[in-house]
Amino acid sequence: MDVKETVISILNDLTGNDVSEDMDTNLFDSGLMDSMGSVQLLLELQSQLGVNVPVSEFVRSEWDTPNKIVTKVEGLVD
Amino acid sequence: MINLEPYGNPQYFVYLLIGLIPLMIGLYHGHRWRWYQSAVSLVFIFLMFDSQKWQQGVALIGFVIWEWLMVGGYMAYRKKANNRWIFYGAFLLSIVPLLFVKITPAINPGHTSLFGFLGISYLTFRSVGMIMEMRDGIIKEFHPMLFLEFLLFMPTISSGPIDRYRRWLDDYQKVPDREKYVGMIEKAVHYIFLGFMYKFLLAYLFGTMLVPKLETLTLRYGGTGFSWPLVGVMYAWSMYLFFDFAGYSLFAVAISYLMGIETPMNFNRPFQSHNLKDFWNRWHMTLSFWFRDFVFMRLVFAMMKNKIFKSRVTVSNVAYIFNMLIMGFWHGVTWYYIAYGLLHGVGLVVNDWWLRFKKKHRESIPHNKLTEAFAIFLTFNFVCFSFLLFSGFLSKLWFGHY
Repeated sequence: MDVKETVISILNDLTGNDVSEDMDTNLFDSGLMDSMGSVQLLLELQSQLGVNVPVSEFVRSEWDTPNKIVTKVEGLVD
Repeated sequence: MINLEPYGNPQYFVYLLIGLIPLMIGLYHGHRWRWYQSAVSLVFIFLMFDSQKWQQGVALIGFVIWEWLMVGGYMAYRKKANNRWIFYGAFLLSIVPLLFVKITPAINPGHTSLFGFLGISYLTFRSVGMIMEMRDGIIKEFHPMLFLEFLLFMPTISSGPIDRYRRWLDDYQKVPDREKYVGMIEKAVHYIFLGFMYKFLLAYLFGTMLVPKLETLTLRYGGTGFSWPLVGVMYAWSMYLFFDFAGYSLFAVAISYLMGIETPMNFNRPFQSHNLKDFWNRWHMTLSFWFRDFVFMRLVFAMMKNKIFKSRVTVSNVAYIFNMLIMGFWHGVTWYYIAYGLLHGVGLVVNDWWLRFKKKHRESIPHNKLTEAFAIFLTFNFVCFSFLLFSGFLSKLWFGHY
């Protein structure tokens, strides 16, 4: 699996929805994610992709849609 | 000597504007005159803490030196190594002044700590947040001057909103383009007049005219249990709290805008919240987001990483209660602030349980305008009850003192 697929599968697990249907949906406004979900996302990124994102790096407005998250993580993997 | 309480009366804004006009002319022409901004800020900070408040002024100077040493010292260390105990030490030492200020009146009723000054809790948030971001490797440099300019950013020094160093620095190191700056001035003017209505009209009406009368009625005729005047105190004081603090926050944001800094907003129609979680995303936002980012999320991260609890639900429940209890203690070490924190912690746990239940039974639970109105009504009343607790009036009613 490439980075994009992994991120999408993590998000699907966390939200219980298929996020690939709308990659620009705001996960926080729609109630799919909250701070709890954010932390789980960071932990999953660490265990599945080996990317370390400290909590203070997580600025909500930069991580609020599946597309933004994929771009962020792709940037961190390289 | 004159002493000027920040945003204490409309006249204060005239003085502020006179002081800020040169800075604004500079910003309008694309320059930020840092030395002028610092000078005018220091004058107004001096006027907040001079004459009869000189002791607070001395405490402020001591505090600033202390935090400068802690943050600067930790950064110097962090560049070389990253031992967790040194981090805990720096963290603890940076909140020591605040701890003294909060604990002194609890141990010695009627006494205030010599370290105290108006705004100490807000300044502590700024520097503690920096230490935590240094630990995470997000802040990589300590600038001796910029740190002071951030810590002592004048419009928000006394009661927030709580800004973050990196966000603030981004604004401070550039000048908004003219179109944007003009838009910020327009917003600032709007906020100032809205703030006048909130703080000098509505907060005065509720806080100065209504609340004392209702309190007297309750104490005289209401008994110690439920009474209608007590219900009146609850609503009137809640309105007072909102209009007073939201009004103040509008002033602080407006003055920041005039200085070309987009200090974040503190309130977003909190009384229209659909549930308690929603409420904390709308009420005193910079404080609740600070707690979310620096307490709640870190605690959840640590608990999940070390697999302390099996269930995710337990993790979030423990974190909610802890987070809100800390917030309660931060307000002050009295039974009613702590009870207020605990009540909100438990409230968030119940709220989360309900949201999960609703998600599972999506089909069978009705959702329409009426249920939404009921949700807002319920949230509003829960919040007002928690504010009655927060006001300390119940302590006066039951034990005769605040």
